[in-house]
Amino acid sequence: MKNIKNQPKEAIRAIMLKRFLHILIYLFSFAVALTAFYPFLVMIVSSTHDTYNIVAKINILPGDQLVRNFNRLTQYINLRRGFLNSLFLAVVTSVVQIYFTAMAGYAFSKFKFKGQNLLFGVVLVAMMIPGQISIIGFYKQIQDMGLINNYIPIIIPAIADCFAVFFYKQFLDSGLPNELVEAAIADGAKEITIFHRLVIPIMKPALVTKGVMSFIGSWNSYLKPLILLNDKDKMTLPLMIATVRDSTHADFGAQYIGMVISVIPLVIIFIFSSRIIMNNISVGSAIKG
Amino acid sequence: MDPLTGNLNNIGFENYKRLFTSVYFYRSIYNTLLIWIMSIIPQLTIAFLLALFMQNKWFRGRSFLRNIYCFPNLVTSVTIGLLFGSLFSYPGGAINNIISALGMEQVDFQNHQMLARMVIALAICWKNFGFNIIFFTAGLNSVSEDVYEAAKVDGANTWHRVTKITMPLIKPILVYVFITSIIGGLQMFDESKLVFTNVPGDATTTMVKYLYDASFVRLQFGYGAAASYGIFLIISIFSVIAFYLTRNKSETVEVGSKRRRMR
Repeated sequence: MKNIKNQPKEAIRAIMLKRFLHILIYLFSFAVALTAFYPFLVMIVSSTHDTYNIVAKINILPGDQLVRNFNRLTQYINLRRGFLNSLFLAVVTSVVQIYFTAMAGYAFSKFKFKGQNLLFGVVLVAMMIPGQISIIGFYKQIQDMGLINNYIPIIIPAIADCFAVFFYKQFLDSGLPNELVEAAIADGAKEITIFHRLVIPIMKPALVTKGVMSFIGSWNSYLKPLILLNDKDKMTLPLMIATVRDSTHADFGAQYIGMVISVIPLVIIFIFSSRIIMNNISVGSAIKG
Repeated sequence: MDPLTGNLNNIGFENYKRLFTSVYFYRSIYNTLLIWIMSIIPQLTIAFLLALFMQNKWFRGRSFLRNIYCFPNLVTSVTIGLLFGSLFSYPGGAINNIISALGMEQVDFQNHQMLARMVIALAICWKNFGFNIIFFTAGLNSVSEDVYEAAKVDGANTWHRVTKITMPLIKPILVYVFITSIIGGLQMFDESKLVFTNVPGDATTTMVKYLYDASFVRLQFGYGAAASYGIFLIISIFSVIAFYLTRNKSETVEVGSKRRRMR
């Protein structure tokens, strides 16, 4: 008798415990999500207050200074110019980089040539070297070439992104069967046609993944544009926003609205491509695992 | 090099001698490793836990949350620096306001060596945990359901399932994330430069920040170049260690060697 009576009670207790655990897990997850989102909240809310309120109080509700902050920002900097500069640089850099690194990855994956292992070793080692290390020599060389205030020294070196080459090689190793390439060669296709018609379509998910990462990196890059671009008309958006901070009276309101504007394109692009990125990473590992 | 005239004077290995006897250079290595350790432990723990939680079938809002978790990675390091600088400023930062609301004394984060390092580690952790979740999720997805079912039949509880089955099976991913984070950690610069401007004893100066200060703040380009070779040497040592670690793993864990090539 006792056993029968106890059974449902324990079952109920187990269910209750499980529910409680689920709620705890949800709470934890949403707490972390809130922390991750908090700076965005600060940015958005602060962009609607004037500098005095931003410094003096913790603001949770939006204020009414949005339009005035925006007007002041457009007085300080040429917002449209900066936005277009950044967009141009980011698009050109990522497109050029995707095209040429995909080529290199394809070559490393499917061609056998002398010194291949050595070259790939160089790619791997170069991946681990921080970009800031060579910045002195880089700057001096660019100065000697007379290319300060020019976009060329920002775009061209981006072609040699070792991480992208590595990424594409690994993708092609498992994603593109040798038989397909051989069949195309047997059909009499030229190398460049094979690359354009066969390799690029197959690599599409990988290209989107790395392309979005490159776009974000290029849009946000700070150090290189900082030392290479002095001309106000050539500066990228992050640089311009930083100059708002450095002027004699730090105008936080205008600065925050600038940050919001500069992050919006990235959020849009990320939300639209995140499904592809996440699926690509999961599927990629599932095929290989 | 003389920065004003641009003339080059040959001084032999003077710069290297100075570099390898400089206390500050060694301290910058120590700072880098310390900040890296303080950021990597919570970062990987939180990412792994969240990836595990979101793996549950009853969990709703997965893709929404995953998007949100990756948002910090979209923000420019300038913004992160400004934001964490103002959050942890003394007196009157948001964190200090909370502390004083709880009835405790306000803390001067910037002028305390360990706390300043912790804030920078926190910023890095906050920025990167989202992408680690994606990698862990990828690893967890590749573990077959059958393995868990079998374990359940054998009466393994959740803790055992995680530590005895999940962890060993996704070890290659753990190793991979760990190693990429070593490489990223040694290159730490933005947060160190932007979060706090003046920390006593240069407690938050990382290796790359040291190089930057030497060449672009004090304009000693020759010494800066020597420092970059010093950093290169240290990174090479770590890369070789990482390389051997991964190679051994791929030999012992057959599944792993294939999955590690994911990225």
